[in-house]
Amino acid sequence: MPGRRSSPLFLARASYRRRRLIDAARLLPAAGAFLFLLPVLWAPSDLPAGTGRDTAMDGLYLFAVWALLILAAGLMAPGLSADPPADDPEAARAPGQPDDR
Amino acid sequence: MSFDLLVLACLVYVAFLFAVAFLVERRAERGAAGWLRSPLVYTLSLSIYCTAWTFYGAVGYAARSGLEFLTIYLGPTLVFVGWWVILRKLVRIGRRHRVTSIADLISSRFGKSNLLGVIATLIAVVAATPYIALQLQSVTLSFGAFASDRPQGWMLSDQGAVAIWVAAGLALFTILFGTRNLDAKEQHHGIVTAIAVEAVVKLVALVLVGIYVVWGLAGGVGPMIDRIAASPVSDWQLMPGRWAGLILLSAAAVITLPRMFQVMVVENVEERHLAVAGWAFPAYLLAMSLFIVPIAVMGLERLPDTTNPDMFVLTLPLAEGAEWLSMLAFLGGFSSATSMVIVESIALATMVSNHIVMPLWLRFRPENAVSGDVRRLVLLSRRLSIVAVLALGLLYYRLSGGSAALAAMGLIAFAGVAQLLPAMLGGIVWRGATRAGAAAGMVVGFLVWAYALLLPSIGQGGMMVEAILANGPLGLDWLRPQSLFGVEGMDPLLHALFWSLSLNFAAFLGVSLVTFPSPVERVQSAAFVNVFDTDGAGPEGWARIGAAPEDLLMMARRILGEDEALAFFEEGARAQGKEGYLPDPTPTFLATLERRLAGSVGAATAHAMLSQIAGGAAVTVEDLMKVAGEAAQIMEYSAQLEAKSEELSRTARQLREANEKLTRLSEQKDAFLGQISHELRTPMTSIRAFSEILSEGEMPPADVVRYGRIIHEEAIRLTRLLDDLLDLSVLESGSVQLNLGLANLSALIDRAIASASNTRPDRNFTVIRDLAAENLFVRTDPDRLVQVLINLVSNARKYCAAEEPELRITVRQRRGRVTVDFVDNGTGIPEDKQSLIFEKFARLSDGSKAGGAGLGLAICREVMTNLGGSIHYLPWQGGTGFRITLPLQLRRDQAA
Repeated sequence: MPGRRSSPLFLARASYRRRRLIDAARLLPAAGAFLFLLPVLWAPSDLPAGTGRDTAMDGLYLFAVWALLILAAGLMAPGLSADPPADDPEAARAPGQPDDR
Repeated sequence: MSFDLLVLACLVYVAFLFAVAFLVERRAERGAAGWLRSPLVYTLSLSIYCTAWTFYGAVGYAARSGLEFLTIYLGPTLVFVGWWVILRKLVRIGRRHRVTSIADLISSRFGKSNLLGVIATLIAVVAATPYIALQLQSVTLSFGAFASDRPQGWMLSDQGAVAIWVAAGLALFTILFGTRNLDAKEQHHGIVTAIAVEAVVKLVALVLVGIYVVWGLAGGVGPMIDRIAASPVSDWQLMPGRWAGLILLSAAAVITLPRMFQVMVVENVEERHLAVAGWAFPAYLLAMSLFIVPIAVMGLERLPDTTNPDMFVLTLPLAEGAEWLSMLAFLGGFSSATSMVIVESIALATMVSNHIVMPLWLRFRPENAVSGDVRRLVLLSRRLSIVAVLALGLLYYRLSGGSAALAAMGLIAFAGVAQLLPAMLGGIVWRGATRAGAAAGMVVGFLVWAYALLLPSIGQGGMMVEAILANGPLGLDWLRPQSLFGVEGMDPLLHALFWSLSLNFAAFLGVSLVTFPSPVERVQSAAFVNVFDTDGAGPEGWARIGAAPEDLLMMARRILGEDEALAFFEEGARAQGKEGYLPDPTPTFLATLERRLAGSVGAATAHAMLSQIAGGAAVTVEDLMKVAGEAAQIMEYSAQLEAKSEELSRTARQLREANEKLTRLSEQKDAFLGQISHELRTPMTSIRAFSEILSEGEMPPADVVRYGRIIHEEAIRLTRLLDDLLDLSVLESGSVQLNLGLANLSALIDRAIASASNTRPDRNFTVIRDLAAENLFVRTDPDRLVQVLINLVSNARKYCAAEEPELRITVRQRRGRVTVDFVDNGTGIPEDKQSLIFEKFARLSDGSKAGGAGLGLAICREVMTNLGGSIHYLPWQGGTGFRITLPLQLRRDQAA
């Protein structure tokens, strides 16, 4: 455990969880962009029309990714909008902190 | 379905929306917004993103280009699920700096520069033109869809005429809706709620049509998937460039579109709502997109080739005989178009009036800038702007021929507003961004967009434009609008987007790197980029200026309105530990005032107006550099010191004021003791003298009667004086018994005026009243209230020095409290006496003229406190003014 410094090197559990949650929130749009751009790879446009691709399946894939993103954002929302625990270990022990584990 | 029925349905629907907006605004005024400020309403209002483009155009888009229509919703989804990254910062900045529009954000970030405000406003207005044309076209087409060539149908003689009527109706509706009043925060609760209702209508309509198509026509999910595979929709080619480019474009548009900025940032009431919108808004988009492909597939399958695919949502149920469903779809499309036009034109009108009209007016009428009626001017300019914006949309509709695909028009608009992205995004994440860089980027991007995308879209068929398209301007081949610099074979939209945005970014970054920001810019850049680091009130640019608080109050009254301004100044004075309405013009107060004014007229204008009053050189470079110094720690340390010293000086000021008051009170008390003993002695002396004479006897009866009457009158005077003193002490001790009851305020004022009429009855005294406003019932102690009213009226009769004295009584009701103002046209009370008049025994003139012991106002104040209200002196009314405030309904526990 860290000593009592003005800005500790290591964080208490609640603060640590929250930092990772914020990392995940930042990562989510990047992951979404990656997944949304994937069809570009498997649908090369030089193939003749109607072969090798299925619009209904492409559509279902995109909607599935979409729904997953919504679900992930919905799960993260309560933790992100809660008041942040203060960064020092003492304050972080206060009850009601977000802890997604 | 007849034309009349359609028009009637539209009118009823609009009336319903208007009623919703009106009721909500009424509730919000009374401070009872409640669930109306929930994250649900916020999310639904964001659905303003889905316009007629989504409702009608997406199906047409899917019929032409397959799944590519999804890109328009995937971009915003990425922005919203990543709300923590950009939107959170935007909303925080918007709330902290009271930003009123996207142009205001950019202007404010780059040193409150009006130039940037003008550029951003122009870009937004021009880019919105195709977008508004799109809405007009869709409503016109949807009318046309009903006017089919079936025998029972009716012919639509002139599509252009319908478009004009629709535009005029929308302009009228928007003016009624959006410019009824001028809110300090530029928030419109009523409209936001109406839009939330429209969001539900369009979602329900589209989903019902989708369900009808999938389960009613296609026979379930499985058969639907087979039909999709067999349909021409499946032949679409995914073009990687367009796919990625359109996702980027829609992501950029969702934060730069003026109407999105309006509902997302300006109308945001609580930051936490963003967390809910982060997943709920993408969910709304998903629900809107879910049935687009099935509708397109079934439309292509069932309807003749001549049908416009943009209208499938409407024509498909119509052709299948589901009239009620097509009616619902018609209303859904109508909702989508109207809500977009309303919010967009309100947002644009705000920008135009704040960044173009107001600065021009300030420049050309500088001598009157402080005293003119700014509020009316602002409202008028907004109304005219709304009309102008719609007229532009109509013009574009006419020029483009009214035949383009809806989605193509929308994409042109998206690419236009995306030109604001570099300045906006760069401004909030990079401190090195400068005003010159932002201006260069926006101008370059806008010109390229207008040249490469807008011009070809409206100039089809024009000789000049055709020639330029084919051979370039002046035969310069490499400047052809759709293949700039010799880039051939690129998709025109992607081509324009690529060149405009990359040149925009390049100019923005390049010019920013080589220019040096002005001091104000550096202050603002720190405040915007580090908005999460500082909890303070932001930079204080108003160091040591000599503005008189009266001038400031006068200006604020013109902009914020009488009540708002007085309340704001009173609050400011209280924060400094002073009483009354005139706080010291400290830097903190000026910064707060500027931000408050910025909420009404925009940051640049507010800054300019304050500078004008403060005498031009309000901000010295040294002052700003001090605040903007790079050493953040020193800044923080000095901020702490400043806060402490401010607190000390506030305490000192409070002590000094208390001391002054005590000294004056003690002098007053001494004077009063002399006065009261004189008051008591005079009647006593005459009573004693006359009773001695009477006791000697041997008097003519007439004299006995006369002396007896004198003794009686003097005794009454004594009693009255003692009664007043007694009344005051009872009131002050709080043990007074109130007789609560309902009373009509108008009747009470009648009583007071009648009772006071025997004070100086010789004067011809005019009372100006507004009987309609007075006619309200209050629950209070009527007799006590009348006592106060009589006192105020008779004071006015007594002391008003004007030749033709008149008294204006104004009654207002606001949030459960009633204020009554008594303003006469006399000379007013000198400032140094204002804080004393409510003290006991205070008298301004010599006692003989007043004929009282100076207890009247002191009693009034105690009575009002007991009635749960207050009484104040109103400065700067052109005479003596008093304001009493009391609760509409006095409850037992409120009574002091």
